[in-house]
Amino acid sequence: MCLSIPSKVVEIDDNNMATVDTMGIKRHVSLDLIADEINIGDYILIHVGFAMNKIDEEEALQSLEVYREMLEAMEEEERRQVIESDDQCDNRTQV
Amino acid sequence: MSELQLKDLYDGFRNPDVIKALAKAITDEAKNLKKPLNIMEVCGGHTHTIMKYGLKQLLPQNIDFIHGPGCPVCIMPKERIDHAIALAQMEDTILLTLGDMIRVPGSKSSLAVERANGCDIRALYSPLDAIQIALDNPDKKVVFFAIGFETTTPMTAALLEQVEKQGIANLYFHINHVLVPPAVDAIMADGQAKINAFIGPAHVSVISGAKIYQPLPEKYGAPVVVSGFEPIDVLQSILMIVRQKNEERCEMEIQYSRSVTLEGNIKAQVMIAKFMEPREHFRWRGIGDMPDSALVLREQYTAYDAEKIFADILPTEPIDDHKLCICGTILKGLAKPNDCQVFGTACTPNTPMGSCMVSSEGACNAYYRYGEI
Repeated sequence: MCLSIPSKVVEIDDNNMATVDTMGIKRHVSLDLIADEINIGDYILIHVGFAMNKIDEEEALQSLEVYREMLEAMEEEERRQVIESDDQCDNRTQV
Repeated sequence: MSELQLKDLYDGFRNPDVIKALAKAITDEAKNLKKPLNIMEVCGGHTHTIMKYGLKQLLPQNIDFIHGPGCPVCIMPKERIDHAIALAQMEDTILLTLGDMIRVPGSKSSLAVERANGCDIRALYSPLDAIQIALDNPDKKVVFFAIGFETTTPMTAALLEQVEKQGIANLYFHINHVLVPPAVDAIMADGQAKINAFIGPAHVSVISGAKIYQPLPEKYGAPVVVSGFEPIDVLQSILMIVRQKNEERCEMEIQYSRSVTLEGNIKAQVMIAKFMEPREHFRWRGIGDMPDSALVLREQYTAYDAEKIFADILPTEPIDDHKLCICGTILKGLAKPNDCQVFGTACTPNTPMGSCMVSSEGACNAYYRYGEI
C-alpha cells in the first residue's frame, strides 16, 4: 500500500482537489497536504487519494540524463571491444 | 534532455538497457567487496520490485536481500484485527479501512468473513471518502480503522482536520499508525539478523524526510540509501551501497532525489503532530511490543477516539500467530518465505494463514507471485 504513483495535474478546483492523469486514468486527489503551489502540468506523487509532494522535475530529468550517459558510455565501450576483437581477428588479413 | 513527460516517469526508470548496464556496473564493483553484502529492504514495496523484476537474479552471489518489516498490513497483530471485527459487529456501525486489511485473519475471523456475515465493512480508495459516508449515514457510527506507516499517517490527519472543520460527530478513528525507525532499531538491537546495509523506505521519507535515517549508519555501521520503487531506482541504490562499502564510507544517501528531501513534507508533519503523539506501547506482529513505535490520538481528540469510546468491547489480550506461520521470523529478517513449511501449500494468497501472504506487499505474497515454488 505504500506504492505511490506519479501523476500529472490536469485540473484544480476550488476545494483544493486536483484531477490528475495516472497512466491515462483520470482521478481526483486532495492537495491538502501540499504547501507548495501546484499548477496544471505539475507532476505529483499520489498516495491513497492525496498528493504527498510535487515531483522535482529537474532531479528526475537529471537522473534520466545520467542513465542516458551511462548507456552511451557503455555503447562506446562495447564498440571499442568490437574494434579490439576485430584488430585481433586472425581471419581479417585473409579477406 | 527536454521537458519531463509522464511516460518518462514510468518507462524512463524501467528501461531494460539501463537495468542491464546497472547490473553490470554492480557486478564489476561487487568483485571488490571484502565480505558479502546483506541488504535489508525495509519496505515491502521494494521487496516486490526485487521479486517482480528478478533483480536478485541479475546480481552477483555476494549480494543478498533480507526482507524487512515495512508493510502495515503484515505487522498488524491479531488482537488489533480483533478490535476491527468487534467494532464492525457493533449495531448500526460502518467500519472503513484500506485495501488488504480486510482479508487478514484475526484470532477467529477476518473482516472479509464478517462482511460476508452481514457487517457493513468497506474498503476506501481515500480516507477522505469517509466524510461522505458519515454524512450519508447520520444515524450510524462510522469507524475508520486507520493503518499505515509515516506515509499514510498524514492522510488520516487531513481527514481529522476536515471532520473537525465540518463538525462531523459520527466518525470515529481507531489509530494503528506505526513508525519505521523504532522497528529498524528493534531488529538491529536483537542482533540476530545479519544486515550490513539498508535500502530506506522512500515514501515514508517523502513525508518525514530522509533525516529520520541519519542516525542509522553511525549506530549500526550500515549505509542507508533512500530508494525509489522502480527497478532502476533499486539497482542504482544497490550500486551506491556497494560503492560506499568499497570506499569504506558509511552514510545516508538519497537516490530518490526526485521525490525525497532531507526535511520531508513539513505541512504534513505539522498536521500529524496536531492530532497525534507517540503511543507508549504497540505490539507488532513478530517483533513484539515496542515503546514509542506507533501513534495515538492526542488527549483533546478523545471524542473521535474509537479505542477509548468503545474500550469496553475491545479485547486486550495479545494473541500470537498460528504456530506453523513464520511471518514473525520473516519480519525480523531471520527467514525467507520459502523457509516456511506451509508456504505455497496450506498458506496461499487465496487461503492465507499469515499476514505476509495476505498483503499485496508482503514478502510471502511476492515470493508466491513471482518466485519459483
